Amino acid sequence: MPPFEENLMPAWLLKPNPISARFLFLAGLLAVWEIASVAGLMSRFIVPPPSEIFPTIALLFTDYDLTGSFLRTFGETFAAAGLGALGGMLGGWWLHHNRVAGKAYTDWVAAIAAAPLVLLFPLFLVIFGRNAATIVAMGTVASLPPVVLKTKEGLDNVRSVLVDVGRTFGLTRWQQVKMIMFPASLPTIFTGLRLGLVFALINVVGVEYLIGFGGMGLLIAELGDRFEIAGMYAAILFVILTSICFFYLTEKLETWLLSAR
Amino acid sequence: MSDMTALDNTAADTLPTLRIDRVTKSFHTAKGKITAVDDVSLDIRQGEFISIIGPSGCGKSTLMNMVGGLIADFDGQILLDGKAVRGCQPSIGMVFQEESTFPWRTAIENVAFPLEAAGMERDRRVARARELLDLVGLTGFENHYPSELSGGMRQRIAIARTLAFEPKVLLMDEPFAALDEQTRLLLGDKVVQIQQQLRQTTLLITHNISEAVHLSDRVLIMTFRPGRIKRVVEINLPRPRSSEMMGSEKFAKFVAEIWHDLREEASKGLRESEAAAAAR
Ligand SMILES: Nc1ncnc2c1ncn2[C@@H]1O[C@H](COP(=O)(O)OP(=O)(O)O)[C@@H](O)[C@H]1O
Ligand SMILES: [Mg+2]
Repeated sequence: MPPFEENLMPAWLLKPNPISARFLFLAGLLAVWEIASVAGLMSRFIVPPPSEIFPTIALLFTDYDLTGSFLRTFGETFAAAGLGALGGMLGGWWLHHNRVAGKAYTDWVAAIAAAPLVLLFPLFLVIFGRNAATIVAMGTVASLPPVVLKTKEGLDNVRSVLVDVGRTFGLTRWQQVKMIMFPASLPTIFTGLRLGLVFALINVVGVEYLIGFGGMGLLIAELGDRFEIAGMYAAILFVILTSICFFYLTEKLETWLLSAR
Repeated sequence: MSDMTALDNTAADTLPTLRIDRVTKSFHTAKGKITAVDDVSLDIRQGEFISIIGPSGCGKSTLMNMVGGLIADFDGQILLDGKAVRGCQPSIGMVFQEESTFPWRTAIENVAFPLEAAGMERDRRVARARELLDLVGLTGFENHYPSELSGGMRQRIAIARTLAFEPKVLLMDEPFAALDEQTRLLLGDKVVQIQQQLRQTTLLITHNISEAVHLSDRVLIMTFRPGRIKRVVEINLPRPRSSEMMGSEKFAKFVAEIWHDLREEASKGLRESEAAAAAR
């Protein structure tokens, strides 16, 4: 006779695999959360149980224009990360190419990468005004340093023998970049792009929250102000969802670029 | 010119494919001037297979990099079919000691690389790359990435990739140094076989004496710093050759002869590196 667990859960879920591991972890986390909240171990007001959070999602769609906020934040992050990627790769290329600049400024970029740039938001507010430009600019500035650093690192570490191979085949400068330097450093550059995306998202949502303008940050601020705590958590879930979407997209882009290089 | 006639003792009247004429190269380093290659002259005939053997640091790679065009700043002249060589050019191909396949390209894409860069259309370059993979014995591995192949297979990809450009002169800088002894022997057989088939003028750097004897028409022994040509040994073993003749008496005689000359230089190199280690 089979053990009774097999009747409760499908076999694939019990067999150790990454999908079931994720599912089980999340289920466990939600269960602990639910119990802790319902049993009063955590303040039910500050941390409502999941069973109260999930039903409010529908409310967010009907009463709060969740779709609009989500799209807005997604778009702003996309623009900021895109600009950051472009500028960051150019900057990284320059620091790689110009030895003096590389030696002089790389440490600065590393220091900026670690600084809480979001605190500069008043400056951006003064320059761009209380609008989407401020948010995108803030996100771009935050996403630049990791892309610059990782692009430089990737290019610096291209093995010189690969460049020599290109030289012996008479590659033009542009071919050297396109056919050797770029593909060889792509995996490292992508690490930078992913970090840049995370930095952009954090700053976009953060600035939306701080200046109370558009998107998920504003939505979270509003829900908090109205003590719609369950709704606030639901909105935070959607921010996490945005980040998952972006990770999925970069992963697709990376596989596509790696196979096309 | 006396050393020149000593090197070029058979084909005096035909134009050599490759002429290295009084080439000298010094590096200026923090510790002072190092003369890596000192006044080297050598004529190489069309289709000839030459090995250069010498202790580590004697300037073998420097010499090869000058011929290959990677070092363009040197004294003296290098002439290919009478035209001066400075900088890389398609008629001279190089195979490197280090791992040099592109990890993001499959075997066939690696081999097609120079053809792609030269703008050959896809179908033609793929067909050509397939032939070359077949030549180096890698049929069936076209779509494997280098990381999925052994070191010997990767080095064969690198050789096929260089051959794809159909160079007149093939330069190989210790191409088998990272491989185990058996692979090295088998790959050596492959290289002689291909070279006899394509009749490429070939310059091989090695520090393996039997490999040099096995593959070459002539073996050049270089002195330890400054790198000069100490002696040229004509290997008049019959062709076709294979690694099986390594047991023969004649083969052993060549190896012993070369070692006799090389030994002195190798001990100089060893003494110097020990002295450098002691000074530290
Ligand atoms: N780019 C360089 N700068 C300074 N010294 C160099 C450079 N390349 C080679 N050398 C020196 O020249 C000598 C010969 O080097 P190399 O040609 O690589 O020797 P081999 O290939 O015979 O081992 C060595 O002493 C090495 O340190
Ligand atoms: Mg060397």
